[in-house]
Amino acid sequence: MIKALKNPADLAKLKVSLLAERDPKRICISVCGGTGCRASESALLIEAMESEVAKQGLKGKVDVKATGCHGFCEHGPVVVVTPKEIFYERVKPSDAAEIVGETVIKNNILDRLLYADLMSGDKILSEGEIPFYKKQRRRILAQNRLIDPTRIGDYIALEGYGALVKALTQMTPEAVIEEVKKSGLRGRGGAGFPTGFKWEFCRRAKGDDKHIICNGDEGDPGAYMDRSVLEGNPHSVIEGMMIGAYAIGARRGFVYVRTEYPLAVGNLRIALDQARQRGILGKNILGSKFSFDIEIERGAGAFVCGEETGLIASVEGRKGEPRQRPPFPTSKGLWGKPTNINNVETWANIPLIVNRGASWYSKIGTEGSKGTKIFSLVGKVNNTGLVEVPMGATLREIVYDIGGGIKGGGDFKAIQTGGPSGGCIPRHLLDLPIDYESLSKAGSIMGSGGMIVMDDATCMVDVSKYFLNFLRDESCGRCLSCREGTARLYEIVERISEGKGSEGDLDLIEELAHVVKDASLCGLGQTAPNPVLSTLRYFRREYEAHIKDKRCPAGVCKALIQYVIDAEKCIGCLICLKQCPVQAVTGEIKKPHKIDSDKCIRCGVCVDVCKPKAVFVV
Amino acid sequence: MKQLRSPEPQQTPRGGVRLKIDGLDVTVDAGTSVLEAARFLGLEIPTLCHVDGLSAYGGCRLCVVEIGKGDKARLVSSCTYPAEDGLVARTNTKRVVRTRKMLIELLVSIAPSSKVIQDLAARFGVQKCRFKPKYEDCILCGLCVRMCQEQMMSGAIDFVGRGQKRRITTPFDKKSELCRTCGGCMYICPVCTLRCQGPSAPTDVCGSCVCMEPTCIEKFDDYMCYLGPTGVCGTCVSEGKKVEGSGGDKELCHTANTTQQRQP
Ligand SMILES: Cc1cc2nc3c(=O)[nH]c(=O)nc-3n(C[C@H](O)[C@H](O)[C@H](O)COP(=O)(O)O)c2cc1C
Ligand code: SF4
Ligand code: SF4
Ligand code: FES
Repeated sequence: MIKALKNPADLAKLKVSLLAERDPKRICISVCGGTGCRASESALLIEAMESEVAKQGLKGKVDVKATGCHGFCEHGPVVVVTPKEIFYERVKPSDAAEIVGETVIKNNILDRLLYADLMSGDKILSEGEIPFYKKQRRRILAQNRLIDPTRIGDYIALEGYGALVKALTQMTPEAVIEEVKKSGLRGRGGAGFPTGFKWEFCRRAKGDDKHIICNGDEGDPGAYMDRSVLEGNPHSVIEGMMIGAYAIGARRGFVYVRTEYPLAVGNLRIALDQARQRGILGKNILGSKFSFDIEIERGAGAFVCGEETGLIASVEGRKGEPRQRPPFPTSKGLWGKPTNINNVETWANIPLIVNRGASWYSKIGTEGSKGTKIFSLVGKVNNTGLVEVPMGATLREIVYDIGGGIKGGGDFKAIQTGGPSGGCIPRHLLDLPIDYESLSKAGSIMGSGGMIVMDDATCMVDVSKYFLNFLRDESCGRCLSCREGTARLYEIVERISEGKGSEGDLDLIEELAHVVKDASLCGLGQTAPNPVLSTLRYFRREYEAHIKDKRCPAGVCKALIQYVIDAEKCIGCLICLKQCPVQAVTGEIKKPHKIDSDKCIRCGVCVDVCKPKAVFVV
Repeated sequence: MKQLRSPEPQQTPRGGVRLKIDGLDVTVDAGTSVLEAARFLGLEIPTLCHVDGLSAYGGCRLCVVEIGKGDKARLVSSCTYPAEDGLVARTNTKRVVRTRKMLIELLVSIAPSSKVIQDLAARFGVQKCRFKPKYEDCILCGLCVRMCQEQMMSGAIDFVGRGQKRRITTPFDKKSELCRTCGGCMYICPVCTLRCQGPSAPTDVCGSCVCMEPTCIEKFDDYMCYLGPTGVCGTCVSEGKKVEGSGGDKELCHTANTTQQRQP
């Protein structure tokens, strides 16, 4: 039976005893157990590692730890052997025996599993030396690789719940709010509203029955920072929420998580249970007068359910549709009660601020945006993964220093930030220090931190078509401007991509896009035109090429390209001829083939299968 | 506009919140919408999805007004936006007019055969529609849903789906037990009232409906109106004669004859 902690002193004692059990020299094999790595068999790897440790007689001498996401998912599953911090990438269950036998017992490094530097090809031994990690400033993600999220002891040993104790014993609720205000923390869910001020509104709102919500809907396709925090370090979010509840005077908390995140829900549930057993969550927390508990709500899956009023409707069991603000949730939220909503990452920042103080926290960042931000870096970049950098880091640092540059040797063309309704930022703005203001000036948004890198093989008309398609389906459909506006924008952009655009189309896009932005009720409609407006702003020539010259410069838009075989390069191997699904390729063996453009459906199979790369796009 | 009984007795705005609309000061009860406050001042703001007696929905966005100043200025739907102390709202700024026109153009493109929409187009100077017409029989304004729920106390129909898949239906698309076939939904529907089948292609914004004389009285001894007060429904459709030189497929209707148009 686990004993509940009756007071802060009990927690301190527990921490001391947990630390005493730990020998810093003791070898620990941490295996990433995040969703990304689990997709590449990390669960089997963990089992294999445990059984190898037992088989080779090290049980009780060497630890195996399944941790949260390390953020370098492309190279996963990753294994870190501490205390030496030896970093192995793309480890398979079959590698377990060798890692235990060689690295753990004999202290030999397995060269083949080390990370190789992109430029020099040199092998890198430890995690901290890998540029992807080295150039980051990890505050929120730092503990992910040290903690087994299913063990509260791991969190407590690392000062966990120390901030809660500090708030409960040394600070008044007002002082907590003041500290959060001073820290300059702004909401990480998209809009960047100053968190301390939001808390103050909610604290001052009339009524005793107040709620807080953690927004873990994370609807941006391709973004997974909130998932990684929830599944890798759930206690940091719980602790943040508890401090928030204390400051605001809330009694009930909810974590709204996407149903698509089963591991996050699972780990969070375990964490909540363990916190309750320890007396950290529930009635009279750690012997104080403060009582608070957290429930999990599973999201319905629509993108718009991430919008705060839509989310509240969804928790209440109504259709997840946004409504008019004001009244803001801080005065009239869940079941009409004052409700404070913050994003997962926002909550995870709170223990840091309370523990280390606002002035420490605000040392990094820009004038208007403090602290760090986690981005989910994907697309045509060598190192995809989770990137945590100080506010004010430049796009160049993220794409080149951390991301390792453009994948496949192409040139950087643009980076799309902020999720589906963010904008595309072109090459000449690579040195832009990113924060809320600079991104919005550049025609984009911070959003929740998605970043998609695009190379010169990307057609910007195609990009804006893609996002408009997503948004026209994800609009809740209430506002005429948003529902019909995005549909019509899509229609025009589609027409342009098919070579059927006309002179006035670009003006019409701009005119309509501004109305969609202006007239729509919620953030979805208000930001939906960003992809099309930003691509039009920075890549207008490309649109014009589609309209006037009926040409897609990037060779992407199917209706405007033709596949041609270079007779000099073609070796007449018949491969493309056989693979073409519509028999558009003609020719004889060892003689150059030809593609009948009328028959060709532009599937691109011939390009993919041609060994001498004789097929090209015009 | 159609008039419905108000669920609560109408209150004259008094006490409470002070705001400024188009430069005029007005004091209203807390909870009053900006639209109501503007109408109290006699200002005209077009609405489509809002009808007195039904809850505000904020779907058509036609009632947008501009609030705030400088960088912070933005548009909000006045039917849903609550009057706040110190609020400054403007009902006819450039931004408002531009937005409203585009919204009407979008409406015309969805349901060019709606008389209500054609009237709005004419009233607010929308003369073209640059989008491909869809001939939908619903613009998703949600009036019927609220009519059914709030005035007929039934709740037989509701929205389902989102985005492009949004539509109005009964639970499970089956005949609803709750429906008493009262026809309230059709009465309130702005698309169910068809425009005249004028000489112009239905996609055109004809603009003649606003100053239209009923045509049925020429043919019949009585007005043939079955909707709304006599002579204003505008659903009357004349037999029409062929327009010469138009290929014979377009019909000319008396209503478009300029001699019959009243000057606005
Ligand atoms: C269409 C839309 C989707 C959103 N999705 C999310 C989301 O997935 N997660 C999130 O934290 N905030 C999301 N937001 C922002 C929330 O409305 C809200 O601003 C945020 O949860 C507040 O927390 P913060 O102040 O900590 O950022 C979304 C907003 C809009 C308009
Ligand atoms: S802006 Fe779009 S998503 Fe938001 S309420 Fe209006 S229709 Fe729904
Ligand atoms: S059926 Fe008519 S009243 Fe109902 S939502 Fe559609 S347009 Fe509006
Ligand atoms: S009348 Fe206000 S949005 Fe329709």
